[in-house]
Amino acid sequence: MNQFIGRMLTNRINPVHQISHAGLWLVLLCALSSGALAQLSTDTSLSQSALHPASSQAQDIELLWWIMFWASVIIFTAVMALLAWGLLSGRRRPSVLSSTASMRFVLVAGVAIPALVLSALVGGSLMLGRSIASTPPPDALQVRVTGWMWWWEIEYLDDNGEVVATTANEMHVPVDRPVAVELESGDVIHSFWVPRLQGKTDMVPGKTNNSWFTATETGEFRGQCAEFCGLQHALMAFVVIAQPEAEFANWLQRQASPASAPETEAAQNGLAVFEQNCGQCHRIRGTNAIGNLGPDLTHVASRSTLAAATLPNKRGHLAGWISDPQRIKPGNNMPRTLLSPQELDHLLVFLDSLD
Amino acid sequence: MQSTATYDHDPASTQLLSRTWESPPGVLNWFTHVNHRQIGYRFVVTSLVFFALAGVLALIMRLQLISPENTLLGPDLYNQLFTMHGTTMMFFFAVPAMEGLGIYLAPLMIGTRDMSFPRLNAFGYYVYLIAGIALYTSLFLGMAPAAGWFSYVPLANIAFSEGRGMDFWTTMITFIEISALAAAVELIVTILKQRAPGMTLSRMPLFVWAILVMSFMIVFAMPTVMAGSVLLALDRAFFTQFFVAAGGGDPLLWQHLFWFFGHPEVYIIMVPALGIISSIIATFTQRPIFGYTALVLSLVATGFVSFGLWVHHMFTTGLPHLGLSFFTAASAMIAIPTGVQVFCWIASLWGARIRFATPMLFILGFFAIFVIGGLTGVMVASIPFDSQVHDSYFVVAHLHYVLIGGAVFPFFAGLYYWYPKMTGRLMSERLGRWSFALIFIGTNLTFFPMHQLGFEGMPRRVYTYLADMGWQDLNFAITLAAFVLGTGFLLTLINAVISRSRGDLAGSNPWQAETLEWATTSPPQNYNFRHLPVVSSRTPLWDQSDADRLECVAGLRADRRELLVTTLLEARAQSVLIMPNPSIWPFLLSLAVGFGFLGFMFEPWLFVVGFALSFFMIVGWLWPKKPWLDGEQSYDQSHDQC
Repeated sequence: MNQFIGRMLTNRINPVHQISHAGLWLVLLCALSSGALAQLSTDTSLSQSALHPASSQAQDIELLWWIMFWASVIIFTAVMALLAWGLLSGRRRPSVLSSTASMRFVLVAGVAIPALVLSALVGGSLMLGRSIASTPPPDALQVRVTGWMWWWEIEYLDDNGEVVATTANEMHVPVDRPVAVELESGDVIHSFWVPRLQGKTDMVPGKTNNSWFTATETGEFRGQCAEFCGLQHALMAFVVIAQPEAEFANWLQRQASPASAPETEAAQNGLAVFEQNCGQCHRIRGTNAIGNLGPDLTHVASRSTLAAATLPNKRGHLAGWISDPQRIKPGNNMPRTLLSPQELDHLLVFLDSLD
Repeated sequence: MQSTATYDHDPASTQLLSRTWESPPGVLNWFTHVNHRQIGYRFVVTSLVFFALAGVLALIMRLQLISPENTLLGPDLYNQLFTMHGTTMMFFFAVPAMEGLGIYLAPLMIGTRDMSFPRLNAFGYYVYLIAGIALYTSLFLGMAPAAGWFSYVPLANIAFSEGRGMDFWTTMITFIEISALAAAVELIVTILKQRAPGMTLSRMPLFVWAILVMSFMIVFAMPTVMAGSVLLALDRAFFTQFFVAAGGGDPLLWQHLFWFFGHPEVYIIMVPALGIISSIIATFTQRPIFGYTALVLSLVATGFVSFGLWVHHMFTTGLPHLGLSFFTAASAMIAIPTGVQVFCWIASLWGARIRFATPMLFILGFFAIFVIGGLTGVMVASIPFDSQVHDSYFVVAHLHYVLIGGAVFPFFAGLYYWYPKMTGRLMSERLGRWSFALIFIGTNLTFFPMHQLGFEGMPRRVYTYLADMGWQDLNFAITLAAFVLGTGFLLTLINAVISRSRGDLAGSNPWQAETLEWATTSPPQNYNFRHLPVVSSRTPLWDQSDADRLECVAGLRADRRELLVTTLLEARAQSVLIMPNPSIWPFLLSLAVGFGFLGFMFEPWLFVVGFALSFFMIVGWLWPKKPWLDGEQSYDQSHDQC
């Protein structure tokens, strides 16, 4: 290799010279790919990494990826090595492959081997694809998710397909039990994607798509809209919280019930402020706020995030969001709400009580 | 190999021929030129301008993504920029650039004097220019389309994309396809009917084969996107319901129409690139390429199969799994003709003493980059895997590897290779090497890490991301690398501009190549060839019995534009075609058509005005005119001199 580098340096000025850069490229590419691979274990609190699967479906896909990855490394190395070998073989004594040898070379390397590898890949991925596309088991939890610009509406259905509970931007699921998700859209095409749980499925207006997964560990898994859906596509996210069956059942029961009546005076004032200013768009079950343009806020205080998983659900963030949502998510459909400081304070007290 | 010099025995007749084929001088006459070399050259230069513009947009986008929650661009501007970047690169750079090379080179490579329909050629160029200018005007007016270059409905429909942006998009897409179709029809007729006598189909240069296949693909692919964009324009302007689910339409219909064009589109760009590679490898190894027939068949196979895999862009839309499986198989299958090509080239390079000049460096760069893109391409053909990486940065990485590796590297190789033919001068080798090194390194550093971002769940087309996502380090590095890549491209553009006046003189055949375009001066004379050559092998310039001359045809008139028409398969001389003269009418017609379409966006009745104007322009275009110069009737009777 030093020889190549030396030759390259001494020959740089000569416009037409006879050295091979292929070796250098190989080194460069290997360095690049190993550098990138070393980083593949990056993990953060909001990880959406498909390489850290937390469901049986995502695990299968990850396995498929690693098989394809190693096959590709071998193929890439082999092609580059053949190219380099071919180029180097002419440096001292130019030669020509006989046409029979060339023909055999092209038939084997260009037709037979790819055909075998591709058949294996197509076969394998079709079988896996079929299991992922199959209908979910009958005991699966039924959830309907509707995509809106730019938030998620999540409805839990009972065995008869009736809505039991409605929430937004936060989905709770039991671990080790299949969850069947019906996917719909209220406006444009969105795509439901929780990389650690399942590959994406689009939400197409006028069509109901289906997806299902079985979370195999408890935890919080972030999901994000994957189909470009306009101005705030970037900040259309949600969280899936996988929890033990009993915990989940408690949570669902709580979500199904209407909001508890405000107890303090401030909270009662807050309810009035809400009904007057927010009730045309938002709904709180058990009150006069029955709007259906924005998220159902019945148990908003129990959620961990605001504005479709853009901000942690803290009082300060909530105040900032209500006062000027356009600063946080420019172009979203919520207008500024002009409230006196006291009204805002009461509103926050009321919303805080909705756990 | 100054093969033309010896033909010029009769200066008076040569001068007359030059005057007959001259494009009128002067800036005002610029709009009357119809010659294929002028039009091809303009296509290439204009496409490079758009390439630079789209590159600048990409760099601005990378600046926005350099850090999480950056506020350099708002979502609205960012969405306009990525829409314009994709639209420009696909429609205003890649296809016109390849067509431009084809328009410039194919007639020279098949040994004829011009294309079959020179005025249509000029019309196609002006339509392209008007479309590009209009689209960029919309960007600078702040009302560019913002629904992505794929313009999925319902987002692109009037309910969710108000304003003129999408109207500009639908109109300009229709426009640019008119241009592409005009060029394609012309290239097909020219290649099939105007080859030099003796250039049978099996002796045609591989680049010409590639241009022929590309042209047929355009003819079949472009009409679907035109149909789509017209239906979308109707939905927007007259509230028809083709794509509106609530009105009985189907948003997926758009995706089918779009990708039935959009996937072949990728190969429309790549197939000519494959032709460029074959030309350069043959020249730089100084021996015929191995597997001519296999290469031709795999070009044709690529063309066919590319129409059978558009649904792999729609794996996540919820279509039935069995139907999707077909497209998995088709998508994997296209790897086989590609494999045949790659290994034919490796076999051709085997044991050769190669000159590592810049064009060859770009070809070797192509191998590394394109193989990676091809491998990830096979991966995304797998339905379950695609469901994870579709619309993530993995696909951004994949498509840039394929397009930069498969089209930009070969195109730049071709630029360095044919620049001396077009300008008479060589590009600077030193700048070329620096440019290549920066482009190669920049491409890998920019796009390789994007694979990983995709696995980490970063979706495409996001103008921002949260600090906690863990994506900032890679994004920071990618932004820096993008500027390395940008510098590499800039060096080639600078090189092209400087070398135009300062490069070393090239001579007619600086690379000792074998195909006919090198059998004439650089740049070629007005008439391309003093005598139309006669061909008896695949590598005419290497196989001449007498080093200085090709056999040739004589007897065409020098005082009017005449071409030889030959038979389709065997290229036997068949008849003489009289070509039209330079004319302003194609330019005026393109203005009238542009007025009609652009006016329609503001006042529907302006379309009628544009239609009426177009009618007059067409009458002017077709008005009969004497095709020869006065008083100088002359036949070239110098049979014995060639």
